[in-house]
Amino acid sequence: MSIAKPLPHDAAKLHVTGAARYVDDIPTPRGTLHLAFGQSEIAHGEIKNLDLSAVRCAVGVTAVLTAVDLPFDNDVSPSAHDEPLLAKGSVHYVGQPIFLVVATSHLLARKAARLARVEYVEKPALISIDDALSAKSRFEDGPRIYKKGDTARALETAEHTIEGVIEMGAQEHFYLEGQAALALPQENADMVVHSSTQHPTEIQHKVAEALGVQMNAVRVEVRRMGGGFGGKESQGNALAVACAVAARVTGQPCKMRYDRDDDMVITGKRHDFRIAYKAGFDGNGRVSGVDFIQYARCGWAQDLSLPVADRAMLHSDNAYLLENARIESHRLKTNTQSATAYRGFGGPQGMLGIERVMDHVAHTLGKDPLDVRRVNYYRDRALEGSGASGGSLSGKMKSQTTPYGMEVEDFILHEMTEALAQSADYKARREAIKTWNADNPILKKGIALTPVKFGISFTLTHLNQAGALVHVYADGSVHLNHGGTEMGQGLFLKVAQVAAARFGIDVSEVKITATDTGKVPNTSATAASSGSDLNGMAVQAACDTIKARLSHFLAKHYALSEEDVCFENGSVKIGEHVFAFAAVAKLAYENRISLSATGFYKTPKVDWDRIKGQGRPFFYFAYGASVSEVVIDTLTGENRILRTDILHDAGASLNPALDIGQVEGGYVQGAGWLTMEELVWDDKGVLRTHAPSTYKIPACSDRPDIFNVSLWTGSNAEETVYRSKAVGEPPFMHGISALMALSDAVSYCGDSYPALDAPATPERILNTVERVKRGV
Amino acid sequence: MSIKFLLNGETVELSEDTPTVTLLDWLRETRAMTGTKEGCNEGDCGACTVMVTDNSGARALNACILFLPQLHGKAVRTVEGFRGPDGAQHPVQEAMVEHHGSQCGFCTPGFIGSMVTAHRNGRRDFDDALAGNLCRCTGYAPIIRAAEAASHADIPDWVQDIAPEVSASALSPETSDELAAWYEANPNGTLIAGATDVGLWVTKQLKELTDIAFLHRCRDLQHIEDLGDHLRIGAGVTMAQLLPVLTEHHPSYAELVRRYGSEQVRQAATIGGNIANGSPIGENPPALIALGATLHLRKGARRRDMPIEGFFIQYGKQDREAGEFVESVTFPKSASALRCYKLSKRFDQDISAVCGCFNIEVSDGVVTNARIAFGGMAGTPKRAAKAEKALIGQAWSDENMNKAAEAMADDFTPLTDMRASAAYRLLTAQNMLRRYFADASGLPVSVLEVRA
Repeated sequence: MSIAKPLPHDAAKLHVTGAARYVDDIPTPRGTLHLAFGQSEIAHGEIKNLDLSAVRCAVGVTAVLTAVDLPFDNDVSPSAHDEPLLAKGSVHYVGQPIFLVVATSHLLARKAARLARVEYVEKPALISIDDALSAKSRFEDGPRIYKKGDTARALETAEHTIEGVIEMGAQEHFYLEGQAALALPQENADMVVHSSTQHPTEIQHKVAEALGVQMNAVRVEVRRMGGGFGGKESQGNALAVACAVAARVTGQPCKMRYDRDDDMVITGKRHDFRIAYKAGFDGNGRVSGVDFIQYARCGWAQDLSLPVADRAMLHSDNAYLLENARIESHRLKTNTQSATAYRGFGGPQGMLGIERVMDHVAHTLGKDPLDVRRVNYYRDRALEGSGASGGSLSGKMKSQTTPYGMEVEDFILHEMTEALAQSADYKARREAIKTWNADNPILKKGIALTPVKFGISFTLTHLNQAGALVHVYADGSVHLNHGGTEMGQGLFLKVAQVAAARFGIDVSEVKITATDTGKVPNTSATAASSGSDLNGMAVQAACDTIKARLSHFLAKHYALSEEDVCFENGSVKIGEHVFAFAAVAKLAYENRISLSATGFYKTPKVDWDRIKGQGRPFFYFAYGASVSEVVIDTLTGENRILRTDILHDAGASLNPALDIGQVEGGYVQGAGWLTMEELVWDDKGVLRTHAPSTYKIPACSDRPDIFNVSLWTGSNAEETVYRSKAVGEPPFMHGISALMALSDAVSYCGDSYPALDAPATPERILNTVERVKRGV
Repeated sequence: MSIKFLLNGETVELSEDTPTVTLLDWLRETRAMTGTKEGCNEGDCGACTVMVTDNSGARALNACILFLPQLHGKAVRTVEGFRGPDGAQHPVQEAMVEHHGSQCGFCTPGFIGSMVTAHRNGRRDFDDALAGNLCRCTGYAPIIRAAEAASHADIPDWVQDIAPEVSASALSPETSDELAAWYEANPNGTLIAGATDVGLWVTKQLKELTDIAFLHRCRDLQHIEDLGDHLRIGAGVTMAQLLPVLTEHHPSYAELVRRYGSEQVRQAATIGGNIANGSPIGENPPALIALGATLHLRKGARRRDMPIEGFFIQYGKQDREAGEFVESVTFPKSASALRCYKLSKRFDQDISAVCGCFNIEVSDGVVTNARIAFGGMAGTPKRAAKAEKALIGQAWSDENMNKAAEAMADDFTPLTDMRASAAYRLLTAQNMLRRYFADASGLPVSVLEVRA
């Protein structure tokens, strides 16, 4: 059985030898042209005059296109049709594409793109959350509000109350492979596009609109991405559309890849958030009511900001049963890059809000924050149900709902937290840190354990569907295709493991092939951690269709029952007979049995109203908990993560090696978001951190010195593929324990609450240390 | 005249017409060898790392800021060349597969380049050896597990290149005399040593450079001379070559250099380039100023010396005539009071927000001499003259130290930028003196030395 094996990534041998092919590595036909965008130099204004004469005369330039040269639709938005490929008279952020250079090489295109002379009439630019608030610049009419219980009353009657604000910065995806696309014009105005995208169907859709053709005239292929993290859900549209349009105009293949600086300046990032909170609680730290106001900085175009902000609201409970909660969400429009999907999709921001509240509550009461967290956890109904009293189950199963009215049925964090606290020796280490800090005037240690409960499903419910195409050839080899894309997470291997398991063959018999809109249509983005849940099930359905045909045929052929047919260990058993799978395939072919099938899956049970914030947006929750220990320098704010222990719930893991890889990588990326990764815009809206020289993602030595990651042994309570759970996004939020540990370390500098914002750069930590020392 | 080098064991000869084509672009666009990746095109991510061997050994270098003439007389091995002639994988490649060291795989060829080179050189300090390779997927843990697992394997024959013998190249003077003559005749020319900075003029600023001299063949600029109580470091000495010398004589300065750029950058960057560049955030100048180093300049046959702080006149302006170049720098072999503190958002491969170097000599409880220099606090690397003055002749006490720290506010008016605010820079500069004081009294002051 190929399921649950820790197999290495299917492309690992290609990765390590340099043979794995990314978009920019695909051999191109002779005459391929290269593109670069000319970009806005101001954050907001009208283009008064656009002089492109020097661009057109530059060496190697074949064509220069502006908005008026576009033959059909000038839009690359995935949502609101508000994002022109090339600016139409006005510009809305520094870096916005204004014109498109087509040249004989990448370098010549880049050089020419800098030669434009653009005169602008500048308008006031809204850069910050405060700018947007005072200008009432927002998406949607007003704030979105979700409510449960009577929060105002709960706050009035609470024994204790706190209020505060947490700021959390944006984050650059920093996929190592920048955005890239290649368009190959075909006969009869058809177009083939290779794109580094998580969403081939969206690329197909936008290219078709831009070319004025139907979707059936465009085929998009994606073998792999060099990282995505949400940054290639919609941000590849501009390059693919530019290539397709330029290929149409010139009749030549066209390729575009962003130089890293262009990539960082042009494309969207994680939304930065400000969350203001008020909470009421009792002497045990049990929260009776919490009020959140979330402000999301969305940038200039809508992109995916509405569902991102929704998901932030949907995670403002994290693991805690809030009987009275009010969440108000402002989606603010600014003259900056259009913020976009990024691993967690607003979830991390919402979750950090309530984790800050728990930390603040604990500090107020002088309690261990872990104790406060546990007091507020949802109840574990399985534990209650198996109580020794033996009472009726239904009587014990008291309803417990999220602030959006979804029943939490499978809460397992009590057990997980206890197991992790034990294995990480949390209590003893917390005591040891107190002693250590008393002996060290300059350096201070801190520790924190934080939980994760993350909702799995696209909140735009219709996206929860997937298709697959499976062929069995007459030699018994299997050709696998589905709508998911490979960005390093190992989706293709997991799904191949499912296909191999269905047919009882070795995974090496399954050929993994590039995602292709010509094979599986109408796919959703590989996003929301849903890749293996959706595509695994679709592939399982396709395989089972073929298996059913084979079983039916074999049963009839050998005059046995279909139940007597068994696929395992590369063989097919039919009663007493045992055949190689290949022999069965050959026999079926010769008997005119169809050996190809599509598969389809749609997630059951999900149904909710995003305006009211009521219902079941998620099929299930993925859980986990982490402990981080850190040290800070109170003279400079320098800091390090010393040790991290994580226990993560991947259900019944399809591939534990891949899942642990997601957890380790997710943690480091999440900790990076909350510590060293700082995006800085100046007051003109220019992004000052637009390359790895100035934007620092964690490097090798930034991983914890001691890094223990385990998977929880359990299985999904819902019927997912082999009872596994999605694992792409949830581990990212384990990074929150690093920020909370830093806050704990700062708290040893004085009595006042640190209220440490993110990213907790050395400067932010030192400022917080100074403030806590002053007692404010 | 041509450029000659080995590429994965095969001889390549190229004309010198396009001296600023990078190895990365040439590999990918001309040779269609796409295994080596472009991640940032500025030497900060390591996705393009290749192994370059010459008579001094094998080094990991960033191909994106390595111009083809810099390869003259060397042997290059790319990810396509790390497998054996029979197709066998290098032990590092096998280990990366076995330990799940790749996810998206885009950074992997560069990691393999660094890991093969580290393995070839018998290194086990993987956090340092791999600091210049960014990975966004794995969190590094499996990569380190792979590196450790492979470290026990024998070094395969096929990665042990021997650099080819070559004749002189027009672009690369063979001696400092040749260089001096050329530069005097071409005073507006551009000197390229490691290209870790000039490389970006080409890849990011898209400048066209003409009149170039590459310095890597000037062997006489690469000497480290022991002058008894002083060391004389040739301008062409790389930071990687300097590091072991500093480890022996100036361990705190060595720790600064350990965090200078990354392995790939230290293997290319030269001390002369770092000084001549004149950047206010170069890492060597504050340390050299605190050491009381002497700079040696040369123009044609004429040489002159100066205390190194005199070289930095103001932002963008150095005391260097057209056609004059940095030939070497001399500093004392011993300075037990020297401490160098580098402050940045990330410990490895990050430019300092503030770099403070302190050399405060105390005798019988009284400060007899103080040299304090900072990078990142002014338009040039600069001494904290008022703070020094406040210390000299005074008792080495907490009170006097704090007075000196306060005096720094009169020494500096730092800038706010994307690395740090002015207020933070000033406060941490002052706090570095407080750290120095605590350090001298034996308190733990470095988070890098703390363990869980």
